[in-house]
Amino acid sequence: MIENKLIDLIHVTKRYGNNTIIDDLNLYIRENEFLTLLGPSGCGKTTTLRIIGGFESPDEGQVIFGGKDITKLPPNERQLNTVFQKYALFTHMTIAENIAFGLKIKKKSKQYINDKIKYALKLVNLDGYENRMPDSLSGGQQQRIAIARAIVNEPKVLLLDEPLGALDLKLRQDMQYELIRLKNELGITFVYVTHDQEEALTMSDTIMVMTQGYIQQIGTPEDIYNEPKNAFVADFIGESNIISGTMIEDKLVNILGCNFPCVDVGFGKNKPVDVVIRPEDIDLVKPEEGLMQGRVTSLIFKGVHYEMEVMANGYEFLVHSTDLSPVGSEVGIKVDPFDIQIMNKPESEDEEAVMPLE
Amino acid sequence: MSKNAKSPAKNPSALLATPYTIWMIGFIVIPLLMVVYYGMTAKSDGAFTFENIKLIAQPENLRALWLSILLSLISTIICLVIAYPLAMILRNMKFKSNSFIVMIFILPMWMNSLLRTIAWQNILERKGVLNAFLTFLNLPTLNIINTPAAIVLGMVYDFLPFMILPLYNTLAKIDENVINAARDLGANSRQTFMKIIFPLSLPGVISGITMVFVPSLTTFAISNILGGSKVLLIGNVIEQQFQKLNNWNSGSGLSLVLMVFVLISMALVAKYDKGGDSTSVW
Repeated sequence: MIENKLIDLIHVTKRYGNNTIIDDLNLYIRENEFLTLLGPSGCGKTTTLRIIGGFESPDEGQVIFGGKDITKLPPNERQLNTVFQKYALFTHMTIAENIAFGLKIKKKSKQYINDKIKYALKLVNLDGYENRMPDSLSGGQQQRIAIARAIVNEPKVLLLDEPLGALDLKLRQDMQYELIRLKNELGITFVYVTHDQEEALTMSDTIMVMTQGYIQQIGTPEDIYNEPKNAFVADFIGESNIISGTMIEDKLVNILGCNFPCVDVGFGKNKPVDVVIRPEDIDLVKPEEGLMQGRVTSLIFKGVHYEMEVMANGYEFLVHSTDLSPVGSEVGIKVDPFDIQIMNKPESEDEEAVMPLE
Repeated sequence: MSKNAKSPAKNPSALLATPYTIWMIGFIVIPLLMVVYYGMTAKSDGAFTFENIKLIAQPENLRALWLSILLSLISTIICLVIAYPLAMILRNMKFKSNSFIVMIFILPMWMNSLLRTIAWQNILERKGVLNAFLTFLNLPTLNIINTPAAIVLGMVYDFLPFMILPLYNTLAKIDENVINAARDLGANSRQTFMKIIFPLSLPGVISGITMVFVPSLTTFAISNILGGSKVLLIGNVIEQQFQKLNNWNSGSGLSLVLMVFVLISMALVAKYDKGGDSTSVW
């Protein structure tokens, strides 16, 4: 279904003075894909989007769109549209004029434009807002107008730059479903920039995790969450316990002096590794049934689950569980072998630089 | 507003307005009422009359008013044509030096305007700096002094900062992404300017226009110094009534007429500058 490459970024590099924002980035985006560029602020994700949109030109490398080199093409000649972070509506125009802007430039007929305005407003659930001014709308409504203004032009790709960043939590969640619905109805490619990992996991077909101008991992939300490639990704996506360990042999890893069976192979014998265990993957059992013993040091009720900290062999494990273990109780720690994620220790300095600070 | 409208006794912050109220009554309201009083009464017996206002209908006064409006319009247009591109360039400058460049253009305002105008007189005089320079280059000399052109030059030089500031302020406030959005939706640079940048800068354009037009219309110093006694503007006519003829009544009557034109231009601002985020200094 989603096979054709639509956009191809080849060896893209962008610098501001001595500051390298994007370093030799290679990325392709397929037709009808929902791709999310995810990373902390300053990681180069917005710059990448702006290069695709044509608002920045790369210092090196090429942008290929549908087989054609568009690296030097100005934004108004590209077949894609952008939804900007703070809506960027034209405040001196009505909602209808805002939506009609792109179509009027393309000299479409009045009838066509009116139909499109009606259709777009219906699509974003704001029928009847034609004659309102942007300032009279709430943040969420303005953002939906910004989306409507972009999609009436029938772009092949919609670029979204943290479009939900200015909205409150509840509205943000609603809009996430709206966006998924829109994408499915329109059948176009979405390239979405966010620093919110939950947003990325909810909406994306593919997530690209970036930091300091480098791609850390590209994969489906499941891949990224369950099999993070390195400690940065593991730490950035969700909460996790990242522990130094030693790979004893295939399918056996030593953590904090205790041996845990796992499913990873091919790391070699007695090799130092990073071990990632998600908080919800740790089972607290009776001390004698666990592979490691510890004591609960804190307990917080989070609604869906309890969040506990368990001190064991000098490491404080973060544990999410629906079963309560009171503070001070002795517990055993057990982890299913396939819930243990083994990663190579970073070797190069570049990789080192992206290790999260503990 | 209505929520805060309490009696002064209950609202101590209203007391803080007292000095300003006294100031406004003493130095704005009373003088204005005096102008109205003198303008509406006869010099001889103080009786109510429209004669002072009707003075404007005399051919030489009408000509002065007409010339004032014309020269003010010309200098306003020249200021706009100079200031808009400059404000655009300043807006697009990414680094911080733009505030420095704005300052350079504002710098003349730190000097006395009379001094600046006299300096221009020295430059433009028949045997002034400009003609000395032209003679040195073996070029024909120019006779600009005491012509309407010299007055326009003086007006433009004196009032250009008042055009640059509001223009730069409104242009700098336009979100870069709004311009990007227009480009993104297919508009080329010219369309982006005509449909987005210029309409959004209109409040600045309008306040810049009044801030140049109104002082140009009422000036008498610039026309006195650069126009000699050959070019009379309405400001000079009024000045003569007060200073030379010592006729406060006819001077006030003409001032009232001039005030009508000022009010008309202010009303135009109020009409276009909706939304309340005025960048005007008035």
